Amino acid sequence: MKVLVAIKRVIDYNVKVRVKADHSDVDLTNVKMAMNPFCEIAVEEAVRLKERGVATEIVVVTVGPKAAQEQLRTALALGADRAIHVETEEQLESLAVAKVLKRIVEEEQPGLVLLGKQAIDTDNNQTGQMLAALTGMAQGTFASEVAVEEQKLKVVREIDGGLQTLELTLPAIITADLRLNEPRYAKLPDIMKAKKKPIDTRSVADLGIDIAPRTRLLKVQTPAERQAGVRVASVDELIDKLKNEAKVI
Amino acid sequence: MGILVVAEHHNGQLATSTARVVSAARVIGGDIDVLVAGSGASTVAEAAATLSGVTRVRVADDAAYEHELAENMAALIAILAGEYSHVFAAASTAGKNFMPRVAALKDVAQISDIIAVESADTFVRPVYAGSAIATVQALDALKVVTVRTSAFDPVEMAGSAAIEALAIVENIGVSRFVEEQLASGERPELSAARIVISGGRGLGSGENFKLIEAVADKLGAAVGASRAAVDAGFVPNDFQVGQTGKIVAPELYIAVGISGAIQHLAGMKDSRVIVAINKDEDAPIFQVADYGLVADLFEALPELANKL
Ligand SMILES: Cc1cc2nc3c(=O)[nH]c(=O)nc-3n(C[C@H](O)[C@H](O)[C@H](O)COP(=O)(O)OP(=O)(O)OC[C@H]3O[C@@H](n4cnc5c(N)ncnc54)[C@H](O)[C@@H]3O)c2cc1C
Ligand SMILES: Nc1ncnc2c1ncn2[C@@H]1O[C@H](COP(=O)(O)O)[C@@H](O)[C@H]1O
Repeated sequence: MKVLVAIKRVIDYNVKVRVKADHSDVDLTNVKMAMNPFCEIAVEEAVRLKERGVATEIVVVTVGPKAAQEQLRTALALGADRAIHVETEEQLESLAVAKVLKRIVEEEQPGLVLLGKQAIDTDNNQTGQMLAALTGMAQGTFASEVAVEEQKLKVVREIDGGLQTLELTLPAIITADLRLNEPRYAKLPDIMKAKKKPIDTRSVADLGIDIAPRTRLLKVQTPAERQAGVRVASVDELIDKLKNEAKVI
Repeated sequence: MGILVVAEHHNGQLATSTARVVSAARVIGGDIDVLVAGSGASTVAEAAATLSGVTRVRVADDAAYEHELAENMAALIAILAGEYSHVFAAASTAGKNFMPRVAALKDVAQISDIIAVESADTFVRPVYAGSAIATVQALDALKVVTVRTSAFDPVEMAGSAAIEALAIVENIGVSRFVEEQLASGERPELSAARIVISGGRGLGSGENFKLIEAVADKLGAAVGASRAAVDAGFVPNDFQVGQTGKIVAPELYIAVGISGAIQHLAGMKDSRVIVAINKDEDAPIFQVADYGLVADLFEALPELANKL
């Protein structure tokens, strides 16, 4: 079975973002970028499916700027076989990304598509569900366990209150949650080998897909900073403050 | 055109999150309908009919909607959406699952996790784990929106809306419910609790969470955790508070043995009063805490439980 994994280049999760002085957006100049953590988990799951003999080929795809090749190379070093880079310097919205991914799904005909559950920049949590809608496929979002059984896929999902298990008809869309697996690090020989793996590059413009923005970013602000309060010296003082000052207990 | 609010319910009970979503919808004004989709949903519908500000409750009662499978829910909502200018649902794991699917079926954007409504087409939402707050205008005619319920006070239950049965059965048939493992709820639910006490990696084991529970019992609090505590297997997944877990904003949040990573803060920094107990006086959690106690939790927690 061919597995397609969609990955996104985002700000590194350790970086503290700053809002631009003119409040037009966050400032990403000279900021460290990386593969979205949930996408790393999706790639790792595909690699494990291949190691278990379920996946036969892993194709990674990203929709993004030239520099996103770095993240494709990382995925190739982790075990993906080949990559597709749909280039655009614009920040596409989730719906537009889903439309581009739909086109790639039509071309590649994967048995399973893996995405992260959420990109940690926009915190949208939409693209996988939208791709599922556009392709008419079943969706298993927020997955913490995936098992392929013949033409079906069993997925355990993290939901409010606990876990839910669904059985999906293949081909299907899975979005990875944090506990699906713990991604490995790429080894140096694999990083070297990845340099020779193919990346098929094309431009969004050539696909003839409607990517017109459906939203307008009016402003971006820094959240109100919470002021650090006081230190209390003992449990007694804490209880006293909570009762008599904050009046919350 | 009006607003359609998708109700959330569990075990035949209307979830309080629905009253908060209605509250967000009321900022826009106009008619508000509530959709109750489920199996055997009449008591939920009756409860929804009492939500203040609601005109009509529309009930799709069929086995197809029993487990809120995204494919069936989205197909149903997409059919109804043509009658409305907005569709609102909670940014719960259920809403996050089916709402983007609705939006794509209708070829419109979805606005995720709003914390304020500026006007009928302009919404405020956190991005970058809450490090920035974006104001976004939705350009599509139909607005599909999920609501961070902790940011809105619930409406009262003083209404009497009409209840209407819908005969729309959408059974897409590509997914099947197998089972659910839900935590037995003796404690208040995390996202609705007035007081939350959370433990982190500092607790050291699941066994030691008993120390947290002893304090929670005294305060009638819900118990939460950091991702590190969940990953280490101390507590179940759905205890996780943060960017990718639950967002909470209780009256009182007590963080114990939690360092205060930005991803954790994203889930609790809007709490009214924050208490941090940590043995490291430089832990970042103290920067957001109203009351900080530098102490070993293994001494502080039993003492706290004792003296409360
Ligand atoms: C994409 C992504 C999403 C994430 N989402 C979340 C999320 O939703 N929620 C979340 O919480 N994290 C999330 N994280 C993880 C986050 O970055 C931190 O790793 C995590 O919050 C750390 O948990 P912790 O504070 O319990 O552990 P640590 O950072 O290890 O802190 C443990 C603390 O316990 C204190 N301590 C130890 N022993 C004692 C003692 N005896 N008495 C008192 N204090 C003690 C220590 O001083 C320390 O401050 C995410 C990370 C990524 C990359
Ligand atoms: N530009 C993109 N290129 C490829 N995949 C993407 C892109 N944007 C989002 N995705 C995928 O969709 C997931 C969820 O993103 P989002 O819906 O934006 O939160 C990510 O983890 C990726 O797997």
